[in-house]
Amino acid sequence: MKVGENVRTKHKGSWLIHLFPIPALVVYVLFVVYPIFSAFTYSLYDWNGIAKGEFIGLKNFLTLFQIEPYNKMFWNAFGHNIVYFIVEMIVQNGIAFILAYILYQKIKGTEFFKIAYFLPRLLSVIIVGFLWKLILNPNFGALNTLLTRLGLEEWAQPWLGDPDTALISIILVNSWFGLGFAVLIFLAGLQSIPEEVVEAARLDGASGFRLIWKIIIPMCMPAITIMTILTFIQAFEAFELVYAMQGSSGEPFYSTDTLAVYFYRLAFASGAGGADSSAIGLGSALAVVLFFIVASVSAVSLYVMRKREVQQ
Amino acid sequence: MKPSIGMRSLQYLIAYVIALVAIYPIFLMLVSSLKTNAEIFSDPLALPKSFNLDSYQKLWESVPFDAFLLNSIFVSVVSVALILVFSALAAFYLARFSFKWNGILYFFFLIGLMIPIKLGIVPLFLLMKQLNLVNSLWSLILIHIASGIPISVFILTGFFRTLPVELEEAARIDGCNNFQVFWRILLPLIRPALGTVMIINFIGTWNDFFFPLIFIQDESLKTIPVGMLSLFGEYETDWSMLFAGLTLSALPMIVVFFLASRQFMEGLTAGAVK
Repeated sequence: MKVGENVRTKHKGSWLIHLFPIPALVVYVLFVVYPIFSAFTYSLYDWNGIAKGEFIGLKNFLTLFQIEPYNKMFWNAFGHNIVYFIVEMIVQNGIAFILAYILYQKIKGTEFFKIAYFLPRLLSVIIVGFLWKLILNPNFGALNTLLTRLGLEEWAQPWLGDPDTALISIILVNSWFGLGFAVLIFLAGLQSIPEEVVEAARLDGASGFRLIWKIIIPMCMPAITIMTILTFIQAFEAFELVYAMQGSSGEPFYSTDTLAVYFYRLAFASGAGGADSSAIGLGSALAVVLFFIVASVSAVSLYVMRKREVQQ
Repeated sequence: MKPSIGMRSLQYLIAYVIALVAIYPIFLMLVSSLKTNAEIFSDPLALPKSFNLDSYQKLWESVPFDAFLLNSIFVSVVSVALILVFSALAAFYLARFSFKWNGILYFFFLIGLMIPIKLGIVPLFLLMKQLNLVNSLWSLILIHIASGIPISVFILTGFFRTLPVELEEAARIDGCNNFQVFWRILLPLIRPALGTVMIINFIGTWNDFFFPLIFIQDESLKTIPVGMLSLFGEYETDWSMLFAGLTLSALPMIVVFFLASRQFMEGLTAGAVK
């Protein structure tokens, strides 16, 4: 043992070892930490185009929340992000949990089903958006044609052109994209439940929905928590799909606008609520707000989950 | 656990219906790319009357798809390779040594898991401008490496920690230095984890749309996803060509997936469940 320790100290003493983490650290600091940190400081300055003006404290935040049209834009988009999260939770994660539970009960062709559900996840989100834009086209799209053929003409809609259906259409497309991933997460959670626990509950007379509600779901909580956090983050970062299907102003009439799209508009695009000379300051302020929404919710959920794990 | 026959049938029904919903749009995309515009507009659901690849030929002539493809391959391969090297080196340092700052350093990398990097896009843009990297594929590569590092360091550190110390000590007694221990002894043992890291980052890099949208302007430097944006902007009404573009864009990833579907599915979920 003594020999081993000597060898260890001798070799581990070489200073060259400290070079090992340097490349990762440099790139990470320069292109992740520095930009985020700068966004925080940028939000406290007055900007004129890309020229940094004087320090103005929280004025950009006040503008964002108190001056029209910025405040209206913000709450409009914020509401859509919330809807995004709730609908994804119900549709995508709800269906995914049912499917995972079906696969968990070892039906034939599990591998086929997993691949089938997962397939859409391989496409770039922009490809998903464009593909569905064609499918949902009111005149030549496959969906309306299908509905008409099934005798459901009255269900056919200008899905993306109507403010009442546009947002929900986009979220459903997103669910189509993310379903398979959620199935895999839930399935991994279900398979990590010790079989004795389920058997014991069964012997005690628990079955059907009672078994699912009292045993399966509580035991599956880590996977459910992870999926909830990921869905929340994804809902509040929603950009690509809206951009691909409805453009950078969340058409029609901002009915599909989200905070990330609004942020993009402030920072880069012209048009309503964007690209005036102070846009960098306002955009950075919005970035900071978004950052806190996402980071605080994921931190809280992780903390709650840890605590629950310890209790178990 | 054996559900009743009625329940079983219902389960199969649900499983198959959703599978159909998942696959059919992709199937439709492929099939429509083989139809003419007239065929698509008269009946979007019908199968093609004949097998013709005209739309692909037109696509090839209208947009520099070969350039898009090469750019995507270049960016993905270089990014993923450098992520593997950089994060493996860092993970080795964090997992196999106990310098007093290692805890903080590890935590510092992990913070990146919670940072939505897109929110730093304005400072990032100004930084790239200063570095003269706007409209260069290297801007994308650097960002992909940086944003891939937290999850990769996290996964690899976890795996490095599971390897027994004896292995390393035996190698040291045989005269291996740190780099040799890393390269010859430990790295081959964490190959499955390297595969996971590779897959996670490959999917993210290959499919990325946001950063090339911001950083790349030249048509000849575009990757496939932004290339599709210009295709849809210019040839809005030529649906058969649009479907061909979508199919061709989706194809490489689907082919790679079928070569290693199990690793793909396990890899992508590993990052989340751990």
